[in-house]
Amino acid sequence: MGDDAGFTTVLFAMIAGAIRVSTPFLFVSLGECLTEKSGRINLGLEGTLVFGAMSAYAISYQTGSPWLGVVVAGIAGMMFGAIHGFICKLPKVNDIAVGIAMMLFGTGLAFFFGKAYIQPAAPRLPSISLGWWSDDPQVRQALDVNPLFLVGIVLAIVLWWGFRNTRLGLIVRTTGDSAPAALALGVNVNVVRFLATAVGGFFAGVGGAFLSLYYPGSWTEGLSSGQGLMAVALVIFARWNPLACFGAALLFGAAGALGPALQSIGISRGYHFFNAAPYLMTLAIMILSISPKRSLKGAPGELSITK
Amino acid sequence: MIKRHFDRRSFLKGTAAGLVGLSASGLLTRSAFAADITVGILYVGPRDDFGWNQAHAVAAAALKEVPGVTVVEEENVPETVSVSQSMESMINLDGASLIFATSFGYYKPFVLEMAAKYPDVQFRHAAPLWTDADPKNAGSYFGYLDQAHYVDGIAAGLSTTTNKLGFVAAKPIGTVLRNINSFTLGVKKVNPAATVQVIFTGEWSMPVREAEAANALIDAGCDVLTCHVDGPKVVIETAEGRGIKTCGHNASQAPLAPKGFITGAEYKWSTIYKDYAAKVGAGEALPNFIGGGFDKDFVQSTAYGAGATEAAIAAADTARAEVTAGKPIFVGPISKQDGSALVAAGATLDNYDPALDQTDYLIEGVVAR
Repeated sequence: MGDDAGFTTVLFAMIAGAIRVSTPFLFVSLGECLTEKSGRINLGLEGTLVFGAMSAYAISYQTGSPWLGVVVAGIAGMMFGAIHGFICKLPKVNDIAVGIAMMLFGTGLAFFFGKAYIQPAAPRLPSISLGWWSDDPQVRQALDVNPLFLVGIVLAIVLWWGFRNTRLGLIVRTTGDSAPAALALGVNVNVVRFLATAVGGFFAGVGGAFLSLYYPGSWTEGLSSGQGLMAVALVIFARWNPLACFGAALLFGAAGALGPALQSIGISRGYHFFNAAPYLMTLAIMILSISPKRSLKGAPGELSITK
Repeated sequence: MIKRHFDRRSFLKGTAAGLVGLSASGLLTRSAFAADITVGILYVGPRDDFGWNQAHAVAAAALKEVPGVTVVEEENVPETVSVSQSMESMINLDGASLIFATSFGYYKPFVLEMAAKYPDVQFRHAAPLWTDADPKNAGSYFGYLDQAHYVDGIAAGLSTTTNKLGFVAAKPIGTVLRNINSFTLGVKKVNPAATVQVIFTGEWSMPVREAEAANALIDAGCDVLTCHVDGPKVVIETAEGRGIKTCGHNASQAPLAPKGFITGAEYKWSTIYKDYAAKVGAGEALPNFIGGGFDKDFVQSTAYGAGATEAAIAAADTARAEVTAGKPIFVGPISKQDGSALVAAGATLDNYDPALDQTDYLIEGVVAR
């Protein structure tokens, strides 16, 4: 196999991997983006993601309908978001600390209820074949996308458009940038943040459903391996722009596919390094984007990390 | 000043000793055993992971059927000080007299410390780590799964049409490398033109990366997949979803792949567990170190699935019978990947050769650089 052929294989695998792996990143980061735009941080989305994965799998197994599982995962995520939102509107509560508590609570609860669902095989979500035009089975395989991926793209566009062009988007942005200004406009800051956190939780729950019902497609306790946390970092990378969130999610998905792809063409030296690519990327992004001298461009002014 | 005590504690001690004496003399026995025993088992993950922990849990379930044996289990015990805490609670609260520590990292220092602290309790650990310098009430038991992987390789080598087979492996440590080598030897024996491609995920359990690895192997042209990770569920299901054949690992994954499952390499810990429980119950000494494969019934092949052809079944059955009878798997000439000779032409390595416990190489025929 020549170097060119190997390079093509890796590039192809990264693109295919980006499509396969990015959806949970996308949903969690869109949820976090919405929450942070309203001026609050929810680090608990990792727990929401894991609990969403568990509840979706359980419901799909019990009822035989994976789509019902997705809806229940969303609602469960919304409950987690609502709890976070409710606690954070109490006076003198640190939203980062509550977020970490919610993360542990979500994963712990998911492990507790999920015991019975590790073994059985639940019906999975179907895929849509977008590769009909190609004769290459690999291309076709790579373009077998899940409807949730497409929903995620639409959601990113709607959020991006909504933040700029709708009254609702303006209210959320105002709340996030300056609570006094929002108050002066007659907006109830607490209610806006509560709703934004709950809806953000809904998105993260749906992202979890993708993990357990489509790819990799089963419920195990190691399922998320930090993807929820990486997605939170990804929002900063994307500068709180939903469209950039989509790009960043694709990039993280591709980074995750790098290690296995290189090994599949026979390069296994340093595979630990390549396997760690998504984590290294998170770290690099945090270092590059944080500076004590300036505040982040595009950061909502009310966020507790920027205040 | 010497004062004679007669307190409640010493009274209870004396009574208990008397009762133990009575029961030992056979007056109070209720079961087939000379004494009822409690066995404690610790798992590093969930008991139903379709893999390593499930293989032990299946054996624990078989052990519960034995009259006179009580089994206490604890799942998700991380390889930290919680190992000691869990063991102490099993010993002091549940009265366990035999502990099975089933994860590699439990041994040092936790099993060794507890064995020194509780000399009357027997500790056995599922990896070949015990040496003469360690406490005599500790020990190791191990199944040589590479023998079953060799049989998998025979069946898999006859099932491929692309002559490319894939192996998703967790970490490049001795037992994993040995399984890959034996699988490859099985493949090469029946299909010299075939190669085995390996992807290491770097973790015992990492579902998304395991799925990515399986997809990458399939994209590279592999049409039979097997793996050595803690829970093979994701690899087997991903391969089945893409319509290719699979061989299992650790426990039975046959239900996960109704179309493409060929066979699998499974542990049979119940053989060891039942034997140990019977020995402890009868007051006999336990061996400090045992290991075995097909010959001792410590490993087994999963029942053939729909993916197994008649030719593959026949060849695998023959190979299993040969290995059980002691026929070596490592028959020369075999070279390592760097080209140096491992086994010379005409020579063989015994299936239990101690040198194989130190495997730190992959053999020729495995694609990984």
